[in-house]
Amino acid sequence: MGSTAHHGGEGVGRRDLIKRSAALGLVAAPGMGLLSACASSGGDGQDKAKAGKKTAKNPLGVNDGAKMEFVLFDGGFGKEYAQDAVKIYEKDFPKATVKFAATQKIQSTLQPRFNQGNPPDLIDNSGAEQMDMGVLVGKNQLADLTPLLDAPSFDDPGKKVRDTLRPGIVEMGQFDGDKVWILYYAYTVYGVWYSQKALDSLDEKYPETWDEMVKVCEKAKKKGMAGWTYAGKYPYYLPFSLYPMIGKVGGREVLDAIDNLEPNAWKHPAVKACFEAYYELYKKGYVLKGTPGLDHIQSQTAWAKGKALFIPNGSWVENESANVIPADFDLAVSAPTGLDGSDKMPFGTIWASGGEPFVVPAKAANAEGGMEQLRIMLSEASSKNFTAKVKSLTAFNGGTDGITLTPGLKSGVAALDKAGANVVNPRLQDWYVQLQKEKIGVAGLGEMMAGRLTPAEAIKKIQGFADEAAKDTSIKHYKHQ
Amino acid sequence: MQHGKYRFIVGFLAAPLGLYALFVVWPFIQSIYYSFTDWTGLSPEFKMVGFDNYRRMFDDDIFWKSLQHSLLFALVLPLVTIGLALFLAFMINVGGRRRRGGPVISGVRGSGFYKIVYFFPQVLSIAIVALLFAFAYNPDSGAINSFLRGIGLDGVQPLWLGDPGLALWCVMAVLVWSTVGFFVVLFSAGMASIPAEMYEAALLDGASRVTTFFRITLPLLWDTVQSGWVYMGILALGAESFAVVQIMTTGPGGPDYSTTVMVLYVYQKAFRDGQAAYATTIGVALLVVTLAFAAVVMRLGRRERLEY
Repeated sequence: MGSTAHHGGEGVGRRDLIKRSAALGLVAAPGMGLLSACASSGGDGQDKAKAGKKTAKNPLGVNDGAKMEFVLFDGGFGKEYAQDAVKIYEKDFPKATVKFAATQKIQSTLQPRFNQGNPPDLIDNSGAEQMDMGVLVGKNQLADLTPLLDAPSFDDPGKKVRDTLRPGIVEMGQFDGDKVWILYYAYTVYGVWYSQKALDSLDEKYPETWDEMVKVCEKAKKKGMAGWTYAGKYPYYLPFSLYPMIGKVGGREVLDAIDNLEPNAWKHPAVKACFEAYYELYKKGYVLKGTPGLDHIQSQTAWAKGKALFIPNGSWVENESANVIPADFDLAVSAPTGLDGSDKMPFGTIWASGGEPFVVPAKAANAEGGMEQLRIMLSEASSKNFTAKVKSLTAFNGGTDGITLTPGLKSGVAALDKAGANVVNPRLQDWYVQLQKEKIGVAGLGEMMAGRLTPAEAIKKIQGFADEAAKDTSIKHYKHQ
Repeated sequence: MQHGKYRFIVGFLAAPLGLYALFVVWPFIQSIYYSFTDWTGLSPEFKMVGFDNYRRMFDDDIFWKSLQHSLLFALVLPLVTIGLALFLAFMINVGGRRRRGGPVISGVRGSGFYKIVYFFPQVLSIAIVALLFAFAYNPDSGAINSFLRGIGLDGVQPLWLGDPGLALWCVMAVLVWSTVGFFVVLFSAGMASIPAEMYEAALLDGASRVTTFFRITLPLLWDTVQSGWVYMGILALGAESFAVVQIMTTGPGGPDYSTTVMVLYVYQKAFRDGQAAYATTIGVALLVVTLAFAAVVMRLGRRERLEY
């Protein structure tokens, strides 16, 4: 428009102008069809690097001249451990350039690149901005890591990488079927954390049955100390000790049924017994007052100050609360207390699983390079380096000899030794995030532990949530293999 | 002078309208389009699914809860904040006792100081305010419960953010605290432009403070109040309510969905659950609510404009 030739004497009134702009807007509407091009424009992806020659030193056949890009989550574990591993990669492939970046904004920096089809070669998909793994797998965005797992390990050519890993790591990387999409690098021990010194001062050992637990809590209460506290604002910390307890009482099948979203899985007698046991802690006043209003840091601080004896948590607590835990605290972790001698699994049954999920995108230009970088990180030397630097175990089974372990870490290693094969690995928190956190955690367990639901009501409510999730067609469903 | 009128208008409007269309209208159209797809936000592939997302939204209990809370925010927050701000601004500018030798109309003693103090929270970012209050609401060692214990109310130790009956009000209180100062300053500026003679005349006729407020201050300030109302409503529906709920509340959004709001739900669906298409659907609902809010306020607030 903009021509001045055809109008008469009246000029353009305000009303006319508005009318015409509206008409313009209508014309623009059909243009929406063009939009589909917007999100899918980059679908072609980038050119893949040519495969290199497979040799004993290079079992994955990495192209030694290809660029490798590695994006790390810069969180509680820092970035030094990864930088050290990158140096080894650069030494092994001197002709290759490595582009390393560490960020907390995983999703905001990488989501567009997935949408454009040019993701990096190795990603530590962790932190608050973690990209949903189920969706990434469901949309075929990740590469199968089986070649890496079947490659000879870095330290011993006679041993495959998969045989050097801790229990549960490979399984956790699978979603449906044999393909392994994720490699969890860190290894987390979940359980009941406490101060050995505080327990000694009560003249008690860590309780193995629920009657003993009640006795210890009563003793603590008389001394003005609460038995338990937990991250009240994030009650999905409670399962860290509650789920393995359910497994111990009723057997692994109960936890598997829960993960598989089977009908009435939560109505199993073992679940009911464990819920009632936890509710008893609230009823008898063993839970620190005000706990439902505390977040994880506040509850850990109250616990470190000795206001409460036990807290359900993961092995990161030692690092996270390092500045409030007193030097003589003597941090320890134990597998959860069971009910009594008739439990299906022995005392020591513990929840341990991988953390820091590393993935190689399906559309990565140099996927072999990404996997080779992971193979380097899973060597004994790199694993030791990680443990020494950040006080956490890795997926590599071992790697603790010859380095001094902090009290919590030492206790975690001992708990794993005691558990042996009795390690359970509930999957709700990585399969169904919303169900686990806000439904079961906040709306179910949180309400029960605050005394606003009875165990029976909580179970009914949670079973309802689980049934809803099982029926929800907008989420992908998984089953234990 | 008709020649070049089109060119003149277009010349002036093209750049701003172009920018507006590109950065405001276009994203809206895009999100409406995406709400009819099954886009995850994590891969470039998606297909059209018709009204599936909308059907799902109407059956989604959490959506209805978040809508309810957002509407409550949009209703209560402007009412409380603007009411409080008007009162404070009036006291600062007009409400003072007449002092010997001073001007006829003045604020309460120390009003200059108050004006600055009320504005303080505006200087802090909303994230910091939310964090500070999260500490204050800590039932175990937070400032509020410690204060209650300090004055001997050991029996009154609410869980604040941990109590489904209180949590939403706790969050609203923070938003009121952090925004009221801005409106005090805004209304003060408006009041300063009201001629003092009007007050003098009213006072001579024996009008009380309350009467002067309702008969003089409020009518002459109406335009400012109205835009403040829209601004506050949008703030209550949008980013600020997201920040406080996300940072402060249980879950966030809890306990038991007692504080979830629409923006939080959009965020959770898009960035936690990888359901970007459904998130845009809720976003469209939020757009409708916001437009409706603005329309209602504009309609209810229509009055004769007073010239003075």
